[in-house]
Amino acid sequence: MTDEVDISLSVNGRTYRFKAEPRRTLADALREDCGLTGTHLGCEHGVCGTCTVSMDGQPVRACLMFAVQAQGAKIVTVEGLASGSELHPLQKAFIEHHALQCGFCTPGFLMLAWTELAKNPNPSDEELTDILSSNLCRCTGYKNIFSAVKAAANEMRNGAPK
Amino acid sequence: MSIQAAPSQRKETKVFGKRVPRLEDLPLVKGLGRFVADLSFPHQLYMRVVRSPIAHGTITRIDADEARKAPGVVAIWTHADIASYPLIDFRDPSAEALMPYRQPLLAKDRVRYVGEPIAVVFAESAYLAEDAADLVFAEIDELPPHMDAQADCASFAPGISTEPIVLKQGFGDLPGAFANAHCVVELELSIGRHSGVPMECRGAIGRYDAAQDVLELWGAAKVPLRNRETMARYFQRSSASVQLYELHVGGGFGVRGELYPEDFLVCAASMTLGRPVKWIEDRREHLMATNQSREQYHRVRAAVDQTGRILALSDVFFHDQGAYVRTHGARVADLTIGMLPGPYHVPVYQGIGHFRLTNKTPAATYRSPGRYEGSFVRERLVDAIAAKLGLDRIEVRRRNLIPSADMPYTRQLGALGTEVVLDSGDYAGLLQTSIDRFGWDELQKTIRVRRAQGEFVGAGIAMFLEKSGMGPSDSVTVSVDPMGFVEVVTGGASVGQGFETAMAQICAETLGVDYRRIRVVHGQTDRIRFGIGAHASRATVMTGNAVHAAATNVRDLALKHASVLLQAPAELLDIVDGIVARKGSPSGPTISLGQLSRQLSPGPEAIARGTNGLSCEGWFYADHMTYPYGVHLALVRVDGETGQVFVERYMVASDVGRAVNPMIVEGQVVGGVAQGLGGALYEQFRYSDTGQPLSLNFAEYLIPTAHEVPDVEVIVAEDAPSPLNPLGIKGAGEGGCTGVGAAIASAVDDAIGIPGAITSLPITPAKLKALLKNRRDNSNGDST
Ligand code: FES
Ligand code: FES
Repeated sequence: MTDEVDISLSVNGRTYRFKAEPRRTLADALREDCGLTGTHLGCEHGVCGTCTVSMDGQPVRACLMFAVQAQGAKIVTVEGLASGSELHPLQKAFIEHHALQCGFCTPGFLMLAWTELAKNPNPSDEELTDILSSNLCRCTGYKNIFSAVKAAANEMRNGAPK
Repeated sequence: MSIQAAPSQRKETKVFGKRVPRLEDLPLVKGLGRFVADLSFPHQLYMRVVRSPIAHGTITRIDADEARKAPGVVAIWTHADIASYPLIDFRDPSAEALMPYRQPLLAKDRVRYVGEPIAVVFAESAYLAEDAADLVFAEIDELPPHMDAQADCASFAPGISTEPIVLKQGFGDLPGAFANAHCVVELELSIGRHSGVPMECRGAIGRYDAAQDVLELWGAAKVPLRNRETMARYFQRSSASVQLYELHVGGGFGVRGELYPEDFLVCAASMTLGRPVKWIEDRREHLMATNQSREQYHRVRAAVDQTGRILALSDVFFHDQGAYVRTHGARVADLTIGMLPGPYHVPVYQGIGHFRLTNKTPAATYRSPGRYEGSFVRERLVDAIAAKLGLDRIEVRRRNLIPSADMPYTRQLGALGTEVVLDSGDYAGLLQTSIDRFGWDELQKTIRVRRAQGEFVGAGIAMFLEKSGMGPSDSVTVSVDPMGFVEVVTGGASVGQGFETAMAQICAETLGVDYRRIRVVHGQTDRIRFGIGAHASRATVMTGNAVHAAATNVRDLALKHASVLLQAPAELLDIVDGIVARKGSPSGPTISLGQLSRQLSPGPEAIARGTNGLSCEGWFYADHMTYPYGVHLALVRVDGETGQVFVERYMVASDVGRAVNPMIVEGQVVGGVAQGLGGALYEQFRYSDTGQPLSLNFAEYLIPTAHEVPDVEVIVAEDAPSPLNPLGIKGAGEGGCTGVGAAIASAVDDAIGIPGAITSLPITPAKLKALLKNRRDNSNGDST
């Protein structure tokens, strides 16, 4: 339809350059042009949060943004959480607390928690429920996601590597 | 009983019954899972479906000229282009009467629901396919839509009505029982239309490998081997030339993994166009195209004696099937009838199900199909019996439960083509345990105090009976490689429920190896000839026991050969952590399973010995299903102003016979409760009078969030291991969901102080506000 433009994205500390139409969503660009398919698409209308990534420290819905709008920002996706083979405390906690079943919503919840805990490392239970209620999970009933984030927050506050 | 034999074999590695972490999780938390949308093939095309915007009408013309000229378009199909393809078949043999109601790949000259595929566009990218699809224009002459399954039947096609079949089962002298009853309790009840709605939408990639003449479908789920048979039949190909591949599946819940028009279309197109064809559903499509479920209207009656004992039960219901009969046939309505009496002794019973078509998205199974509906009906009825006779709700249940002494209990009904024989259970025992644990009696006092302060609070209860482990059989091959790693090839499937971990735990325990050294294969039709998959909570029971059988065979084989090498009788040997040694003398001579595997590998000696590596097949057969059961308890508060329901406490006690991994079982139960709550309070596919769907995004179709789902207390009971399988397992996938509608209704009744007030699900704030207003108006006038 429209002509492709040059796009450059900074994701997980790496720069990706590619050509795409201006209407290409950030989520599609991450998935198709950067090959980072951990960012999932559950609704493409901004409700489910499975596409949540961190953009300059804010959790954003990658389905609601165009890739061109994300240029110049520092993006972190779920693939950027672990350092090498060392899982992030959130990832470990999700496994330990059985906070995933099918795992489709998991990247979105991890990125949501990761960005929010960076802003508020010690949320109250009510605050945490509020935060988690912005994403949907159809398998777990949320209880274990809540426990996992809580446990990870504890561990992160107590000096574990970020 | 045979269940006694199992524990002695299970003591070595102690992983059965343990809360070990799941094998599935690592790639998923790293974002390295591979869901179908994540997979691409070189030179693939993208398919976009053009769907009917009209609920009922005659197609007079489809204009795709403009679309054909759009950039990147390779082909556009309407029905005329694929007219030789038949209607989509049922998975299991179904009643002849249902045949004309099957769905075509693309509508021929009639459209019957909004969302029905009428054309497909194949293009070079997903964006271009969508652009072109917008340019396809269908001229449709509207016909009056038929939207009410309770109304008089209409015509589906010339000479055939919208009611293909009336299902009927029962036993005993119904008129006699009603004539002699102390009293009759009668209710009209309904369950709203809702469904699984997994977080991952559907997707499918068809790929035809011309070099090998093999047709591949990627993104299969649930029942890949059964679907291969259907596919092979459909395309008139040998089974060996059709392969289905399961990838990661983002939730199944009954809807994912059935064969829909799109699955056939990507396959057909890959053969015709000679390129892989990828289709990924979007959420709007999902909510108008993927199987819906549940919607039923019941008229139920019970004849009871003065003590509240049920003498007879009669239920007539209308099942809203939507526009076509899909792969399940009339299974949901059939299950509703077969399972409706639940855990109660019902001496006389009749269930009649009017299976009816309407102009809505077709319906089929969703987690606890027929039982979520039937439990709501039955438990509402039991509450009504208690209210009518002035008896306690729990006492009435107690009086009617089937005693454990009566097990196995033949119901004289069928479900899923097998006779319902309840295998084992201590229903009254679990009821007592759960009300004690919930603190039911003390809770009544708190409730009274809070009510006196003007709050609308109440407690509710529901009992459920589930079924699981549908046969007839499953096979598994367990092989140990020279490094001592184990591969378990199953015909099962995983929809995210922890299948790999559970199978690995069973194998590990039986064989004596670390479960983390076990790789479990599922959903790959090219790896195994026979299997059924994961539906109806069958996987852990059927595939699990086949794993047990195969691993036992491998163990026996290993010990037999080790006994020669270690010069000790096999009975004195044991396998711990993959090492064979004499029991109780770990310092003696040993040999690893890897070494044994090498020695047994194919070759002249092995042939002489009659072995073919350290590898064995195992089978498990079951004539009958096994029946998990349990109790749901709820404490709710209703906001008198807004009519909103707050679930303050929720408990499920669920007997699963034996829990392979209690952590996974609890996860299944809690997840089931969340889905059940959705159907009880929020979720509904609504339609306008003209048949326009009104729930096409997540703002209109409301899935519970972290705010709505309470902290669910779970009792995983193992009171009644199933005598039908060596591991004693019953399925755990559905019981968390089954009783929720019933328990919440019971609690809301109690909270607003109007017994029997809730007659339909979901219980929306608008309904409750109206009930509360009525209540106020009545109490302002005379007493109710
Ligand atoms: S896919 Fe972005 S919010 Fe659902
Ligand atoms: S784990 Fe399946 S949607 Fe959350």
